Amino acid sequence: MAEARVWVWTEIQGDTPHPLSLELFAAARTLGRAEAIVFGPAAAAALDRIAAHGARTIFHASNPIYAHYLVDPQVATLCHLIEAERPQSLLFPSTPTARDVLSRLVGQLGRGAIANAVAVEEDEDGRLVASVPFGHDALATVTIQGPPPYLLQLRPKAYAAEIVGGTAEIRTVDVPVSEESCRVRVVETVEQSIAGPSLEEADVIVAGGRGLGRPENFHIIEELASALGAAVGASRAVVDAGWVPYSYQVGQTGRTVKPKLYIACGISGAIQHVAGMRGSRYVLAINSDPDAPIFELADLGVVGDALKIVPKLTERIISR
Amino acid sequence: MSERDRCNGMKVCVCVKHVPDPNLSPQVDLRTRRLLRDPAHSILDPADEYGIETALRLIEQHGGEVVAVSMGPPEAEDALRRAMAMGADRAILVSDSALAGSDVLSTARVLAEVIRPERPDLVICATESTDAYTGLLPGALAALLDLPQLTFARSVSVQGSIVTVQRATETGHQVVQASLPALVTVTASVGEPRYPSFKRLMAAKRRAIEQYTLAMLGLDPSAVGEAGAREMVLDLSEVRQVKQGRRVVDDGDGSAVEDILAFLHAIQVL
Repeated sequence: MAEARVWVWTEIQGDTPHPLSLELFAAARTLGRAEAIVFGPAAAAALDRIAAHGARTIFHASNPIYAHYLVDPQVATLCHLIEAERPQSLLFPSTPTARDVLSRLVGQLGRGAIANAVAVEEDEDGRLVASVPFGHDALATVTIQGPPPYLLQLRPKAYAAEIVGGTAEIRTVDVPVSEESCRVRVVETVEQSIAGPSLEEADVIVAGGRGLGRPENFHIIEELASALGAAVGASRAVVDAGWVPYSYQVGQTGRTVKPKLYIACGISGAIQHVAGMRGSRYVLAINSDPDAPIFELADLGVVGDALKIVPKLTERIISR
Repeated sequence: MSERDRCNGMKVCVCVKHVPDPNLSPQVDLRTRRLLRDPAHSILDPADEYGIETALRLIEQHGGEVVAVSMGPPEAEDALRRAMAMGADRAILVSDSALAGSDVLSTARVLAEVIRPERPDLVICATESTDAYTGLLPGALAALLDLPQLTFARSVSVQGSIVTVQRATETGHQVVQASLPALVTVTASVGEPRYPSFKRLMAAKRRAIEQYTLAMLGLDPSAVGEAGAREMVLDLSEVRQVKQGRRVVDDGDGSAVEDILAFLHAIQVL
């Protein structure tokens, strides 16, 4: 029997493959033959990097139209490719674009899908089986029934990106893009620059939440982070309220981080948030509510007002 | 844009969900392997209030009608009444015992059946529900209704037959546009939902909710609910971890800073 073909939705960010896509090749290789799906322009170096992570075939739909119109053209081409190539499963990273494409595929193909998986394997019956966080503190083992392809979205850091070397056969995808599918037009793209180390790479993260009261108070988080050479994170509540950009968000629908130290200031510890930071080695929590669930995870829990404590702490660290 | 006549303003359908109160710890039923949905502790998903708010603002500007649509047990009426108290003109509930345990695709199919005949200019969903947070429903629904999907909206505006959305991305945002009709998913950045007055809350209790069953929609019960679910939970295990960390109480004047500094030294961050 031919080896199962496992496709990885591989986004290109700037000149390089998206790190969350690269992580998925580690999962894909355990399931079968890893293959990449790339839409839009991509430099040869980016394709080489995808191959180095274990992709043995790269389907590259290079038409720039895929960068100018969202979702429908990609889904139409993907459906065409699935029909022609019959992959066993498709793995998607937790990015906004991947979620758009995956969700539309569910409706288009009439298939099930598993979202938010933290692990995936094939069981003895050849079924795809995934682990998915469920409720507050349960882990569900979930499978998808019916014929392939099986659609799966994995959480960030579920797998570590790994360079395994090798080269890939590049297959240019030249499926015509119909005018009707060009419906959601990108008018403008705005990048927000972020100071300091990235959340994924930082040894220390200082994160702020609703407990800080007002957006004007968020600077105390940035100042403590700067004193510690740390990255700045935020809970979904303050990102949703527009205090800081989405790229700061730690949690189920934001970044998954595993720093040495996570300092949570004015963050209650909703499951949403905890899902993204529970892998931190040490947790320091500062919160005025003694019953805040974040204290369950804390190595040091400080019951008090972050607005008073954090500036003093920053001052003491700077004056060392 | 469509041939439909928009002289009388827009029609906006907002999908809403009755979810366990997110301020309480979610409980899992280990026997049925589902989230426990206690109607007494369930509310209109706070994420959906932003959708209702967005719809109401568009209607205030352009005129028209807001229709709240939900699939759920009979108690989900509460969520729809809240939506009506906020200002929704009509509410539709699809409720059928065969729908329990429905997966994303089944839910999308049911919602598509009730929304299609409404011929809305705009369908609005939350980016994801607060209880299941897969975020897959809106895209599946858009595919079934053959509508363009504009997602992760931080703001939504309509001019003529064009909808423009500021779409949050990982590193900033994009401005994206499509012709109506379309489906939009909104984030909490679209604006603080209005709080209904007591009078409106009481008035909403007496409003009629349009009720549908599977038979009325012509859907096969074996294709939806647990019977038709494509995803199957094989096992559930508890993974709760509580650290036995140290706890200090600040004196209100930053006394805990010394404890924090000692901790940072101990773990060699300083």
